Amino acid sequence: MAVSFVLNGEPVSLDVDPEMPLLWAVREFAGLTGTKFGCGAAQCGACTVHLEGQPVRSCSTPVSSVEGQSVTTIEGISGKAAAAVQAAWQRIEVPQCGYCQSGQIMSAVALLEQTPKPTDDDINSAMSGNICRCATYVRIRSAIHAAATTMEG
Amino acid sequence: MLKNFAKDPRPSRRRFLQGSAAAAAGLTVGFRWNGGMPKFASAAYAADGTLAANAFVRIGTDNTVTVLSKHLEMGQGVYTGLATIVAEELDADWAQIRVESAPADASLYNNLQFGPVQGTGGSSSIANSYDQLRKAGATARAMLVEAAAKDWVVDRAGITVEKGVVSHATSGRSATFGDLAGKAAGLPVPVDVTLKDPGRFTLIGTSVPRVDAKSKTDGTAQFALDVRLPGMLTAVVARPPVFGARVKSVDAAPAKAVKGVVEVVQVPSGVAVVATNFWAAAKGREALNVQWDDAGAETRGTAEIMSEYKALAEKPGMPVRSQGDTAKALAGAAKTITAAFEFPYLAHAPMEPLDCVVRLDGDRCEIWAGDQFQTIDQGNAAAASGLKPDQVRIHTLMAGGSFGRRANTVSDYIVEAIHVAKALDRGTPVKLVWTREDDIRGGRYRPMYYHTLTAGLDVQGRPVAWQHRIVGQSIIGGTPFESVMVKDGVDGTSVEGAANLPYDIPNLAVDLHTTKVGVPVLWWRAVGSTHTAYSTEVFIDEVAHAAGKDPVEFRRALLSHHPRHKAVLELAAEKAGWGTKLPEGKARGVAVHESFSTFVAQVAEITMQPDGSVKVDRVVCAVDCGRAINPDVIRAQMEGGIGFGLGGVLYGEVTLDKGEVLQSNFHDYRVLRIEEMPKVEVHIVPSTEAPTGVGEPGVPPIGPAVANAVFAATGRRVRSLPFTRDQSV
Repeated sequence: MAVSFVLNGEPVSLDVDPEMPLLWAVREFAGLTGTKFGCGAAQCGACTVHLEGQPVRSCSTPVSSVEGQSVTTIEGISGKAAAAVQAAWQRIEVPQCGYCQSGQIMSAVALLEQTPKPTDDDINSAMSGNICRCATYVRIRSAIHAAATTMEG
Repeated sequence: MLKNFAKDPRPSRRRFLQGSAAAAAGLTVGFRWNGGMPKFASAAYAADGTLAANAFVRIGTDNTVTVLSKHLEMGQGVYTGLATIVAEELDADWAQIRVESAPADASLYNNLQFGPVQGTGGSSSIANSYDQLRKAGATARAMLVEAAAKDWVVDRAGITVEKGVVSHATSGRSATFGDLAGKAAGLPVPVDVTLKDPGRFTLIGTSVPRVDAKSKTDGTAQFALDVRLPGMLTAVVARPPVFGARVKSVDAAPAKAVKGVVEVVQVPSGVAVVATNFWAAAKGREALNVQWDDAGAETRGTAEIMSEYKALAEKPGMPVRSQGDTAKALAGAAKTITAAFEFPYLAHAPMEPLDCVVRLDGDRCEIWAGDQFQTIDQGNAAAASGLKPDQVRIHTLMAGGSFGRRANTVSDYIVEAIHVAKALDRGTPVKLVWTREDDIRGGRYRPMYYHTLTAGLDVQGRPVAWQHRIVGQSIIGGTPFESVMVKDGVDGTSVEGAANLPYDIPNLAVDLHTTKVGVPVLWWRAVGSTHTAYSTEVFIDEVAHAAGKDPVEFRRALLSHHPRHKAVLELAAEKAGWGTKLPEGKARGVAVHESFSTFVAQVAEITMQPDGSVKVDRVVCAVDCGRAINPDVIRAQMEGGIGFGLGGVLYGEVTLDKGEVLQSNFHDYRVLRIEEMPKVEVHIVPSTEAPTGVGEPGVPPIGPAVANAVFAATGRRVRSLPFTRDQSV
């Protein structure tokens, strides 16, 4: 059975098991590997993508549930918040191993799109679901604040 | 170099690796670096004008400089650090630098601290590569200068090199590296080159940008999970619920009925379900019906094991260090203090669970992995596939964390993938994926330990005796290397950080009981120091308190023979405002520890929460790692080490009931999250000593620093980890 949705602005139709998590459909059938597998249980956020602009855990989202909707992955993000976040991430050198960072960035972009000037508490709420085992958290926080400043200017 | 190894007092991994390589058939390469440069044997590069001056640096006609990293990039910034060393001596422009992973070849790329073994660990990458890569960069530079001198018919002495441009002021000639690469490629490689005066360094000591920052922010960085090959299948493996159990029988039919499942094959570690995609393989595994044979399996629980450890601790173990007469000094002490500490099993839980791709085809085996232990993995892969080690080709990708997990003596995940590949049609590539549950339940944990300590003070409050007993599994024990590596009953990785206690105490004894438990164990970021730093630094705080002394002053007075410990302690204390008043409910604690020849002191500032839990607000960290190659990477490693270590002591524990692991994913194997991360301030001690590592040494002090702050706030000592289990917090 084919599932049709919009992926990074392009319509796609994937012939996959409808129960298959969006994560694996995107990685193995659409060939976009920037979105990572970390836990398979919506516990770590490494698989975060945007569904209709909202951050979701693609490892726990059946692909059939996104039929007809718009999905954005790390490969497809654009706009003011995305540009500011990616630039800040590089300037502040957030990544260490880098494996969780696609998910971190997707969560951070979604936060800034909704809350352009987040407080530390806003950051805690929005980013708590994204684990980084390298513990780059100090720089994630700094980079989100820096991106918010860039967006203001 | 072997002479230098022998002089090194630290036993641990270094000694192990030399022995293990000798023990593993086919791995006795016998390469020793004598200061010469291994040649890069490839005519192809010369043909297209690329200068391959040695095994570590290639200069292309497109003016790019490619540095080959013999070490795994797993987040620690090693690609950037190694390239900085080459670029410095080469006088390259940082923008022209690229980094590639070196192939697996111990004759060229062995870790000079590991003997004839290529591998990454023990915070040794920069330390073992520093001289080697300086020389590699200087050699390439000398060849470019020689080529320019010949081409321009000028004296070499008048040629300068700056930011990737070779110039001759008198003649006004200049050229890029790319212009000269082809001409330099035909020249003989110089044997002796002059290294720079460190006073002239322009890259080392500055924070050049990380080479992997961009690819790790746009999703393009490639990990083993991202490898896709034509016809590739994906495997997941059903493993037994208790360690050491075996497959009794399998009903594969329900798994084979799942759409996409191609094969179900029995392998030594369990039953593999092989499918056209991950989801089908995972569903197939769910559908499998496996009966397990528990005969010979470990069926004890962790509570039971800990009781046995406590009983063992009543008796003396194998002596590790003994000076003076500790028993007599304790008997004559004016005051004695005693404490016991419990440490749980810990999973590494890197964000990228174990995975690799294997393709077996006749006399060739290819492996794609975030490979941390190339030579050991080549040997084990060869044994499992029936090939020779040099027929095993490893493509090392970046790893999504490791913390030690990917460097294991039995190459568990790679060997498992090879057994699966053997069962498939010749040449079919297979990707093995461990799920998070497989990772948390799959063993190779930081071992459980039990420590007892007793100290004696004289009437002036000076410590006169220190007795430390450690009970726990050996990381080396139970591996094929035990007979080579465990000396006189002592595995150095069990006692490092305790056996070399820096405090000046005249009567001191450390002993060890090594236990036999069927739970597989492994080094976990900072290895022995993950528990020895905790017990020794909490206990020295207790002793200071018993003596009525300030914890910083008490330590300082005992560190007169260890100036580097003392200096980081003083720096951290000063920057943290040690001794100044804090608002109500807040407190400070301190710890200092050396691991992997790097010295770190941390002061933790905490606030006790109304529910009795701890919030760590701020950590001031002082580090002495010799010459700082990249200060920002050092800061990042201290920040990360603190977060990793803090999660471990606050929440980390793997527990077993009747041999079964009770945790399975991040909901019950809790790790640190952003709201729990303290502010971190890092101060680097300026130094001209040889550079040492920073990947691990940030981890050990945070636990005891926080525990000592909890004591300062509450008067309670946390002696059983994690904090969430301890009744006192």
